[in-house]
Amino acid sequence: MGNRGRQANSKQRDPAPLNDATIARITGVPVGGNKDAKPKGKRQLARDNKKAKIDAANGKNGGRHQQPNGNGKAAARKVEASSDAEEEEEEEGDEDNVDELAPPMKKAKAANGAAAASKSTKEQKAAKGKAPAFVKADEKMVEDEEGSSDSDGWVDADDVDSEDADMWDAAELDSDDNDGMLDDEFDDLAEDSGAESEAGKAMKMEFGSDSEDGEEGDEMEVERQARELDEQAEEDAQMAEEEMQTNIAQRERFTLPSGQEVDREAQLTEDVSLVQTRIQEIMRVLNNFTELREPERSRSEYVEQLIKDLANYYGYNEYLLEKLFHLFPAAEAIEFFEANEVPRPIVIRTNTLKTRRRDLAQALINRGVNLEAVGKWSKVGLQIFDSSVPIGATPEYLAGHYMLQAASSFLPVMSLAPQEHERILDMCAAPGGKTTYIAALLKNTGCLFANDANKDRLKALIANCHRLGVKNTVVSHHDGREFPHVIGGFDRVLLDAPCSGTGVISKDPSVKINKSDEDFRLLTHIQKELILAAIDSVDANSKTGGYIVYSTCSVTVEENEEVVEYALKKRPNVKLVSSGLDFGREGFTRYRGKAFHPTMSHSRRYYPHTQNMDGFYVAKLKKTSNKFPGKAAEPAAGTPDHATAAMPAGAGEKAKAKQTKVQAAGETQDLGFDEAEDETYIKQAEFKRLKSKGILLHPRTPEAVAKKPTTKPVLSAAEREAQMIAEKQQKRSESKAAKKAALKRLKGGEEIEVDVGDAADTSAKPHAAASSSGAAAARMPKGKAATQTSQGKRSPASGAPANGKRKRGGVNRPFYIVSGK
Amino acid sequence: MRPLTEEETKIFFEKLAKYIGRNIVHLIDRPDEPYCFRLQRDRVFYVSEAIMKRATSVGRDNLLTLGVCFGKFTKTLKFKLHITALEYLAQYAKYKVWVKPNGEMPFLYGNHILKAHLGRITEDTPEHQGVIIYSMADVALGFGVTARSTQDCRKLDPTTITVFHQADVGEYLRDEEHVV
Repeated sequence: MGNRGRQANSKQRDPAPLNDATIARITGVPVGGNKDAKPKGKRQLARDNKKAKIDAANGKNGGRHQQPNGNGKAAARKVEASSDAEEEEEEEGDEDNVDELAPPMKKAKAANGAAAASKSTKEQKAAKGKAPAFVKADEKMVEDEEGSSDSDGWVDADDVDSEDADMWDAAELDSDDNDGMLDDEFDDLAEDSGAESEAGKAMKMEFGSDSEDGEEGDEMEVERQARELDEQAEEDAQMAEEEMQTNIAQRERFTLPSGQEVDREAQLTEDVSLVQTRIQEIMRVLNNFTELREPERSRSEYVEQLIKDLANYYGYNEYLLEKLFHLFPAAEAIEFFEANEVPRPIVIRTNTLKTRRRDLAQALINRGVNLEAVGKWSKVGLQIFDSSVPIGATPEYLAGHYMLQAASSFLPVMSLAPQEHERILDMCAAPGGKTTYIAALLKNTGCLFANDANKDRLKALIANCHRLGVKNTVVSHHDGREFPHVIGGFDRVLLDAPCSGTGVISKDPSVKINKSDEDFRLLTHIQKELILAAIDSVDANSKTGGYIVYSTCSVTVEENEEVVEYALKKRPNVKLVSSGLDFGREGFTRYRGKAFHPTMSHSRRYYPHTQNMDGFYVAKLKKTSNKFPGKAAEPAAGTPDHATAAMPAGAGEKAKAKQTKVQAAGETQDLGFDEAEDETYIKQAEFKRLKSKGILLHPRTPEAVAKKPTTKPVLSAAEREAQMIAEKQQKRSESKAAKKAALKRLKGGEEIEVDVGDAADTSAKPHAAASSSGAAAARMPKGKAATQTSQGKRSPASGAPANGKRKRGGVNRPFYIVSGK
Repeated sequence: MRPLTEEETKIFFEKLAKYIGRNIVHLIDRPDEPYCFRLQRDRVFYVSEAIMKRATSVGRDNLLTLGVCFGKFTKTLKFKLHITALEYLAQYAKYKVWVKPNGEMPFLYGNHILKAHLGRITEDTPEHQGVIIYSMADVALGFGVTARSTQDCRKLDPTTITVFHQADVGEYLRDEEHVV
């Protein structure tokens, strides 16, 4: 095809006759043009192909809307000068969509498109006859093609116009409504108004020059060349316009890619610019949904595609991106993602134990650091803009005058507001920024417990504590959930819970891809346990305190509001109070169908794109009472004798202690011990205690002397009797049989030893009263040897095994009946 | 956590006395609160008694630090002072050395102090005396042992070592693992 063009170039062609198309162009009447016998140049073919593509696109969309030619063209002219990049993008987009364009054609088009845009702006300004230096080989060739055959070039221009007319008509898709839209759009899009007007002028010039048809021979050489260059520019401009038009046509009817396209795209690596364009387009559609939507597609489909594209563009996994996307309105979500790509400013905190902010700022400025106070909200923060020395290694840093700390990390400690001489617990303290801030606020008084579950990070915590001159800290290595078992009764507790880190993506981009549903479930579970432990570790009766601050460096609702809501439900003795921070967004009281306590608005949310600090959440809770109505055996945390730790269940020694506590609790009616349930355990404990001393207690009839005490439920006397009777009868029959057998054997010469328990048979009748059974038992022979065979009158005691085996060496232990129960 | 034994106390105080002399008394008899020394995992901690009592509730394997760590006992029962004790040493120090600005950084990297870097030194400092090192802005940088007495220091050429490096604040970055 290209060869043909070149070959055609060298021939001298006859001027083409006036055809319908030309007439159409002149008169402005749309007509289906007929491109007859003329060797097609590259450009021509490109245009033909484009037309075919547009027809195809029209076919997809029904091509139902027609528009008067002039209107569309005028509007189109305006657009022509929109950004080059967009144009190229559109071209690229088009080319990707349509595979039948051969690669060389694409390049030519792209080159032409770029050249056209740049030419239209630059060449108009450049002096006439001056060829732009950047013209590529292809273009040059094409230009020559156009230029060498004067009349042909002229005609070509006409043809171009006519074909433009054809293509334009064919490409017309919009209704009159969208015409209005078009104009608005183009107003927005038109960036270079200068070029715009020049393009318009160029067009006018072209029209103007049409009247000079047939005058080529009379021109001067220079004029001819100039004219040709102008024509070239016009054609390029036209081409660009067409492409813009077609792209706009597509743009106005932005179509979501169908399922097949999506799959195809998923397999290929998509062009980032294409994805970005699609994002912008979907945003546009969503902003004006009723007008710009495709009727058969729902809003959720658009949103779904948008989420996919955003995940692709910013490098998140879709699960996380969807989660974060739904936190904000759509436009703000994109801002949030953009903000996550950029690091937050470095902030340092002055260590007030060793220096003042003023002095520190002075010292650092002398070292060559460019800094400024971080804001009105903090008196100790300094923001670093740039520095000639490493901020983490200055002698002031080593001397402990300041600490590198993110601005958002100041907030939970400011909210906690520790007072001097208080006892504070920091449950997840490493690496120690917040801990040392608390110590600074305490002025090294009181007592600060810093705990962390990660041993390696604890080293950093200890180093920081020492470096900053903190003297009142105890560092421990516990799982946070072990509090208050380890120690409780604190005035304030800070819980900076381990979280998914979605607020600090700018610091750690790996969060984008490695967070899954499982991670969130695990994390929220731990967070909920930790917050309950934190609440239980606080002493509500403390004079100055009783506060818990819960904070995370995450923005998701699952880790923030939901955890606080869980705490409020499980511990009715805490309530949310104002966080003390006067800036930041309020926490959600409702979110996607979940409803939280109305006081949740006291908590605060911070975002990178609004406050320019890491994403953060702070909630302050106040504990109103140390006890709460709930299940029994819940350890009453924070009571004065908390040092006795958890109460063991049912141990004999402590049963009495428990009795007293039960009584005490019964008075307050708060703990709700279950008396009936406890009764059994108390009895068992008592029995065990006495047994260990050697006292066997038998609440039942004498027949049950050697019977092992079991953990049977307490029965009434009548029930007991009935049970005893039944058992006795059963065993009587068993042992009778055994005895007969034994007797036979005895006669055969064997000696059998049978337990003395048989002697109890003498008082066969069951005794109603326990005391009488006790008395009967007393009559029993003591310490008799086991070698006493029974004559089978009565069955042995139910405790004695019927088959004659010894029981515990066959000796009946002496027992003393304590007053029967 | 346990109190120091007699022997350990002796060794420890001897070492301390090299830097702060008789001022050890001030460490123990404080006007505001009674403080004490406790040993936990071969490290000596200086902490107020109230905090120490609270810390008893933390298990032996879980307790890592309390108050300020002064240093540790080696396996052969020698005591090594850590940089973390600097604040107290600096408070009660008898002999001090000031380093010029050009000498700060070499010292913080762990090098000995040369004559060229020496700014000031307290009078009548004997040889092999424990000293605290300050920057010219009176910021404590570390401690060391003099190589020469004050009089000898005057006659030295600039590249001779005047103070041996024992510990410096730069160890918080260089040697974080071993500091605590």
